Amino acid sequence: MTLPPRSRRALLRLRRDLLFLAAGVLPHLLVVPLYLWAAVLFGATVAGSDSDAPVILAAPLALLCAAGPGLTEVQRWRFRALCGVELPRLGLRRLRRQFGYNGLIGPLLGALELLLLTLLVAGLAAATVLLWIWAVPWQWRIGHPGYTTQAAYLTGLGLLALAAVVPLAAGLVRLENLVGRAVLGVSRSDELERRVEDLTASRAGAVDAADAERRRIERDLHDGAQQRLVSLALNLGLAKATLTDLPPKAREVIEAAHREAKDAIEELNHLVRGLHPAVLDELGLDAALSGLAARAPLPVRLRVDPLERTAAAVEGVAYFVVSEALTNVAKHAREATRAEVTVTRIGGILRVVIADDGMGGADPARGSGLKGLAQRVRSVDGTFRMSSPVGGPTMMSVELPCPG
Amino acid sequence: MPGVNAPTALATGPGVSEGASGVRRAVIAEDSVLLRIGLVKVVEMAGFTVAAEAGDAAGLLAAVAEHRPELAVVDVRMPPGFTDEGVRAALSIRREWPDTAVLLLSQYVEERYAADLLAAHTGGVGYLLKQRVADVEEFVEALRRVAGGGTALDPQVVSQLLVRRASDPLERLTAREREVLALMAEGRSNAAVAAQLVVSESAVAKHINSIFTKLDLPKADADHRRVLAVLRFLGVAAPGR
Repeated sequence: MTLPPRSRRALLRLRRDLLFLAAGVLPHLLVVPLYLWAAVLFGATVAGSDSDAPVILAAPLALLCAAGPGLTEVQRWRFRALCGVELPRLGLRRLRRQFGYNGLIGPLLGALELLLLTLLVAGLAAATVLLWIWAVPWQWRIGHPGYTTQAAYLTGLGLLALAAVVPLAAGLVRLENLVGRAVLGVSRSDELERRVEDLTASRAGAVDAADAERRRIERDLHDGAQQRLVSLALNLGLAKATLTDLPPKAREVIEAAHREAKDAIEELNHLVRGLHPAVLDELGLDAALSGLAARAPLPVRLRVDPLERTAAAVEGVAYFVVSEALTNVAKHAREATRAEVTVTRIGGILRVVIADDGMGGADPARGSGLKGLAQRVRSVDGTFRMSSPVGGPTMMSVELPCPG
Repeated sequence: MPGVNAPTALATGPGVSEGASGVRRAVIAEDSVLLRIGLVKVVEMAGFTVAAEAGDAAGLLAAVAEHRPELAVVDVRMPPGFTDEGVRAALSIRREWPDTAVLLLSQYVEERYAADLLAAHTGGVGYLLKQRVADVEEFVEALRRVAGGGTALDPQVVSQLLVRRASDPLERLTAREREVLALMAEGRSNAAVAAQLVVSESAVAKHINSIFTKLDLPKADADHRRVLAVLRFLGVAAPGR
């Protein structure tokens, strides 16, 4: 006999639900006899009828306690194998929750399961009454003349009960799932904690990857385009110096090309330097910053505490902060005549402060430079603060946690 | 070479001997082949014979040991590490073969390397941005100056070293005197300083004397005072003598 797929699925689901519920009866109700035993002993203790009772009372209580983790394991297996739900391995953690489930909620669920299974068995028995009634001894049937009519009603009732078993079983499975996951499952804060760990790790990976990429681009440009440009400018310079007998027009062209080649070198150098200077890897932040300060178009006072080397990503961000900040000062700070860069390390915090004596009024919400800066600071869990009242002075303060 | 005008009266500094007798040899270390070809031309233009070319620090040291050249032109970033191989090679060349002057070239100059270099040697060293080779005449002059025992520091090196200096007696100098001192630090002669600032050479000499007085420098020989003034200016400790 072949069933249409829908009915087959429904039947499979029913079988799964019933198996799951049936498997729950024993582990859920296992504690009940222990309770009863303890109750009897407790009664005896209070009544004073048995002098050994107070001592023996310890046995069921100890068993109750010991049963918790074991029963939880059984429930984990039951949920995984019969319902496809993964519960975390609790072991000896969260004993209160484990006891709550196995000792308090479990018996109730067990009772419901038992009731449902009873309903199923009774329903089956009633629905098939006309099939087995002939097996009942004839003396009983003689004594109950209306039994055929009763049997017909009973069949109807049984069918109704069986029909009710399907949604009830599904409902009970859902209820068990809810309760099981709520009590034995991962709590929301656990889940968030794990998620934060995942995100932190993947973000650190992304930051490192971006750093490596910057380094690679810097290296490629240094070995390729920069050397070619210098070579080009050198050849033009040689032409300018040696070809003195050219017509003036040709000389002009060579001179213009020479100038432009030198400008191109300047521009490319500036760009590449902003990516990730090689000296940052070799000598660290302290050494890399003097190049930045010296190239700024206004006088910069640089004060760097003697620093130990820290994570490459943190040094990279600190360098970028100073680079961007000084570019910003040069571009936007009106009437700034000088800037000061201070780098200090206090415990696990690297603090970078850039101040200028311009007219202030800088707004971090505007301008992509400042926004990008704040983003890169956040990428290593740093904080970015800026104070720039109209009239000045402007002060930018960045704190970066540095491990080690 | 036709049309090459030797820079006029620019070469000075300690022990410069313009047009010394005999062939002057140079060794070049640069890993970019393209640039090496250009460098050879410029070095030859400055009157040197290129004895050897190297692509890394090991090759450079071997070439210097073999040829004992008057000058080595060295790229800072070379294989295998592509970091500061050139600087370390320069320091060991100056230590082991003091007769070989070293001019370092780099895409970027770093005050830390300059300080290392100057702390060990005050003459026969140079540290310039690579792009300076494009200004052929000035570069040729720098080559001769360094080979003659003088110095050639990139203006960017000088300004980087100045960024580092905290307040000190230099505050007593006038702006003009500081300009003069900065040019001296680059390795320029009095005449070159005068030309740059568009003043007379005697005015420069006057400024320099005033600088010596303000910095309380001992009245030893003029070259030594000059070196000391520059070192004080750059905030680099003078090498032990």
